[in-house]
Amino acid sequence: MQMLSFLARRILLAIPTLIGVAVVTFFLIRVVPGDPVVVKLRADGAPITEATIQAERKRLGLDQPLHIQFVDYMTGLARLDLGRSLWTGQSVAEEIAIRFPVSFQVAVMATIIALLIALPLGILSAVYRDTWVDYLVRIVAVSGLAIPSFWLGMLMILALLSLFNWLPKIGYVSIFQDPVANLTALIFPALSVGYRYAAVATRMMRSALLEVLREDYIRTARAKGVYRALVVRRHALRNALLPVVTVVGLEFAFLIGGLVVTEQVFNLNGIGKLFVDATTRGDFTLIQGLVLLIAVIFIVVNIIVDVLYGLLDPRIRLS
Amino acid sequence: MADVAARPAAPTLPRRPNVVLTFVRQQPLGVIGFAIILMYVAFAVFARQIAPYDPEEIDFAFMLGAPSTEHLFGTDQFGRDVFSRIVYGARTALAVGVLSSIFGCTLGALIGATSGYFGGRVDMIVQRFVDIMLAFPIIVLAMVVVAVLGKWPVFGVDLNLVIAIALPFLPKMARVARSSTLAIAQMPYIDAARAAGYSHTRIVLRHIMPNIMAPYLIMVTAFIAQAILLEASLSFLGLGVTEPTAAWGLMLAGQSADFYREAPWMVLFPGLAITLAVFAFNLFGDSLRDWLDPRMKG
Repeated sequence: MQMLSFLARRILLAIPTLIGVAVVTFFLIRVVPGDPVVVKLRADGAPITEATIQAERKRLGLDQPLHIQFVDYMTGLARLDLGRSLWTGQSVAEEIAIRFPVSFQVAVMATIIALLIALPLGILSAVYRDTWVDYLVRIVAVSGLAIPSFWLGMLMILALLSLFNWLPKIGYVSIFQDPVANLTALIFPALSVGYRYAAVATRMMRSALLEVLREDYIRTARAKGVYRALVVRRHALRNALLPVVTVVGLEFAFLIGGLVVTEQVFNLNGIGKLFVDATTRGDFTLIQGLVLLIAVIFIVVNIIVDVLYGLLDPRIRLS
Repeated sequence: MADVAARPAAPTLPRRPNVVLTFVRQQPLGVIGFAIILMYVAFAVFARQIAPYDPEEIDFAFMLGAPSTEHLFGTDQFGRDVFSRIVYGARTALAVGVLSSIFGCTLGALIGATSGYFGGRVDMIVQRFVDIMLAFPIIVLAMVVVAVLGKWPVFGVDLNLVIAIALPFLPKMARVARSSTLAIAQMPYIDAARAAGYSHTRIVLRHIMPNIMAPYLIMVTAFIAQAILLEASLSFLGLGVTEPTAAWGLMLAGQSADFYREAPWMVLFPGLAITLAVFAFNLFGDSLRDWLDPRMKG
């Protein structure tokens, strides 16, 4: 019951933020000096005359005054209608729905990779503090923060080409159709965005564990004669996981942003590529839809993190 | 020697430790980071003297040349010297990185300090805006702003790009500045300043801002690293710096897989330049944080 009311309140609180995001994006992108209609006509090879521009504007509803466009857009949103892409004429929701699975899968795979790397490395680094293990892990982590993920992706392609003369097939197949092709195509993008993610999580795991290991109850447990490994596993780890969960959650939302660049390197047709296309084409409605989607993911992940907090640490009441 | 030890010590005040020396002694890694930063600064300032070639000079006779004594890092598909382009690229990276970080952090600190100082309704409204801005991933916000603003070159630096990169840092700095300000606003000296009849502007600028200098400096150095990464990403996407200007991200842009095998140096060296620069600023930033604010040590 408490959980339900917590969720309800959080979702209600998210609505003003989302409306804010929608309003800000709407007006921000309409300050664009370039005219999306002209860009579109030029790409279509259509004659650019005053008449064609006016006709196209009318067709897309861009001839309406700004406040009417705004009211149209907001009432559309209230009915969960994101509008139609100015470029393709497809519904924005559909355009996103086609692209979303690829990006989502890469993001999930990157998270798994990050956790698989970060938890053991972070624990090792904290337990063997100031030994060569610790230094090695810290170097790996600091370089993870410094290497641009798109460059890491390029290096992987370079290595695959020169070592095996092989590249994963371009094009996305659903994991349910052909799991092998799906995974070989997506593992490298996932690795290249996952490395940075792992670095952030490793640093957090290390510092959180170090902090907990200084607590009195750890000393008590050790004084009772409990093995160090057991103290770390039973007493320290559970308490150190909280900040790690926060960081992993926050980074997950930003992972979608990181994919913007990496998808270009691997030629993946995900929402990152869609976003780059939308900004270069000045596709207002598509940009609005994508920004809203990212904001929704951000908020949902935040709520999940808060729920996990309550589960991991019963002292934290959901409030 | 005995009488020297026996002589009573002269009553001297404890000497104030030399700031630079204590930093060097306590943070050796930070010194390494700083040295690398200095190298890049030298690249940026003396690019003309250091670079062996004109970074924009096209020479089709030397297309995709492998690294050699003449072209240290090889040449690109237009026969331009990769090393020279990296040296000149330091100008772009540092100019955009430093300017956007300072701009974003200063504005963010002012907003955060004001919001924390006044509290109440002002604070609530500002924090809602900060929440909204934080809901955008950094690169998404920067991309939208770049698309919106277009270009505004001043002395070869695209100021709109600087603004686009600075904007995502603003809410983060505002958060930090606000939480520091909340503690400072309770201090007696703020009460005293208010009792003395100083204006709000004066209290924020003269009494609060100097006291949030430590988190400010920490954030500025940390964000320079992020700003360099962001500029490289935007240029890579074709949204940041444009040809023929030398910029590291741009050097990696549009590399089709054919070039990868034929001219791997075109991929390797610009990426290394980015990585080393970000690494140096991170290293220096971390040390600065440990040194200025041991509580934030992580």
